[in-house]
Amino acid sequence: MNLYDIIFYFFAVVTIASAAVVVFSRNIVYSAFSLLFTFFGVAGIYVLLNADFLAITQLLVYVGGILVLILFGVMLTTNVVSVEIKTGTMQTLPATIIVALLAGLLGGIVWTTDWFVGKRLSEVTSQTTSKEIGTALITTHVLPFEIASVILLVAIVGAAMMARRERSNTNI
Amino acid sequence: MENILQLLSNPIVSAVLMALAPLLFILPYALVTIYIEMKMAAHIQNRLAYMQTGWHGTLQPFADILKLLQKEDIIPTAASKFLFILAPYLVFVGTYSSFAVLPFSSAFIGSNIDLGIFFLIAVSSLVVVGLLMSGWASNNKWSLFGALRSAAQIVSYEIPSALAILGVVMVSGTMSTQEMTHFQDGGIGQWIIFGGNLPLWQKLSLIPFMIILFLIYLVSSMAEVNRTPFDIPEAESELVQGYNTEYSGMKFAIFYLAEYANLFLVSAVVVILFFGGWTSPFGTFLSGPVWGAFWFVTKGMLFVCLNIWLRWTLPRLRVDQLMYVSWKVLTPFALLCVLAIGLIVVM
Repeated sequence: MNLYDIIFYFFAVVTIASAAVVVFSRNIVYSAFSLLFTFFGVAGIYVLLNADFLAITQLLVYVGGILVLILFGVMLTTNVVSVEIKTGTMQTLPATIIVALLAGLLGGIVWTTDWFVGKRLSEVTSQTTSKEIGTALITTHVLPFEIASVILLVAIVGAAMMARRERSNTNI
Repeated sequence: MENILQLLSNPIVSAVLMALAPLLFILPYALVTIYIEMKMAAHIQNRLAYMQTGWHGTLQPFADILKLLQKEDIIPTAASKFLFILAPYLVFVGTYSSFAVLPFSSAFIGSNIDLGIFFLIAVSSLVVVGLLMSGWASNNKWSLFGALRSAAQIVSYEIPSALAILGVVMVSGTMSTQEMTHFQDGGIGQWIIFGGNLPLWQKLSLIPFMIILFLIYLVSSMAEVNRTPFDIPEAESELVQGYNTEYSGMKFAIFYLAEYANLFLVSAVVVILFFGGWTSPFGTFLSGPVWGAFWFVTKGMLFVCLNIWLRWTLPRLRVDQLMYVSWKVLTPFALLCVLAIGLIVVM
């Protein structure tokens, strides 16, 4: 067991344990905060897989954006309006079906994927990925990249429109 | 001696030592800066500040540390205990991990990764989560409002500051902080604020945009460290002390330390982005690894002092003014600058 393995198991345990807290915690704020460690652990595993750009983007988008948004929503509803939001069990049958389907899908992917096992992971040469990603985004994958940016722009404009309409209604 | 060298070559030991090195800088730096801040504030307000402890009060920071060490560590009964304890450490970790990519000199950088400045933007978002955690866990309305204001402010100002960083990345062609500094090596004229290491006509046409980007980054970095004129998260007259109202003793000290470390961090980023990092302003004169560290810390401290000066001079902004500055002034100007820089660099 070398240093690489120790770090891998550390991040794996952090990810899975915090994900378990997200699911099983009764208090939704604990779930939201626990997500931080899940995202962080996944980012750590990306780093170990030599995907540095992906790891940092994971931190920036999920921790800096999505998690903060979730926390805002959860905090403003529980502590300011003083309505306790608790998680509970409901809709057991549909949930079971969806989870079974999802598990089957994931298991199928794990089973059919041709896993990269040629090299031990610790021997992967450390080379940077940002240049290759940048080049790929503006050459081979330029169309999906542009479509994604246009869709995001539409989403931003839509969000701004909704926020603005609500404010003008309250003014009247 | 042999044993020590063997121990140092162990990857775990050397990693731990490299990880602790910035702490050796932060702790004395915080003591000095607390003293400088109190003295500058006092002289700006035409008073003396502490004069009793040592020569002109030079021992006061040590007395403050002793006081904080002795204080009772109070955890409110209604607080969420685990999160309450975790929050200050999370805030400090977010700030401290950014120090990994600060090139203190040509010979010392914690981790010379290719995505240095991008990493720095990303890990500073940990601070936001830590602040929200402290505000919520305190179970105190002032703490919660302070934390929410702080998070809203930091998230808004991340956009102009990231755009300003993007402009510099386009000029220097790299995201690595060390390579960015090498790009500016060779005297004051090669610094990115004067167009960097590019042909003359490009340099001349870049200067106005670089100055605008510098101002944008300076303003948004001040907002990100939550200091006056952007200190509504801890506006005393409205919110007592903001997110750290309930904290005392060493936990409060860690918040304080993180705030001062963050102050140096944003100043150091200004220096790396626009003012040549560890390079000497006189070209090869007074340059080298040790002089590099000297220049880096000196330039960083100059911007720390600029921040302190502005803090004690300007009044506090209102919330709507704060958001107006970020979204309607800084962001459009930053976008225009990025566009212009892109055109200049491509031509």
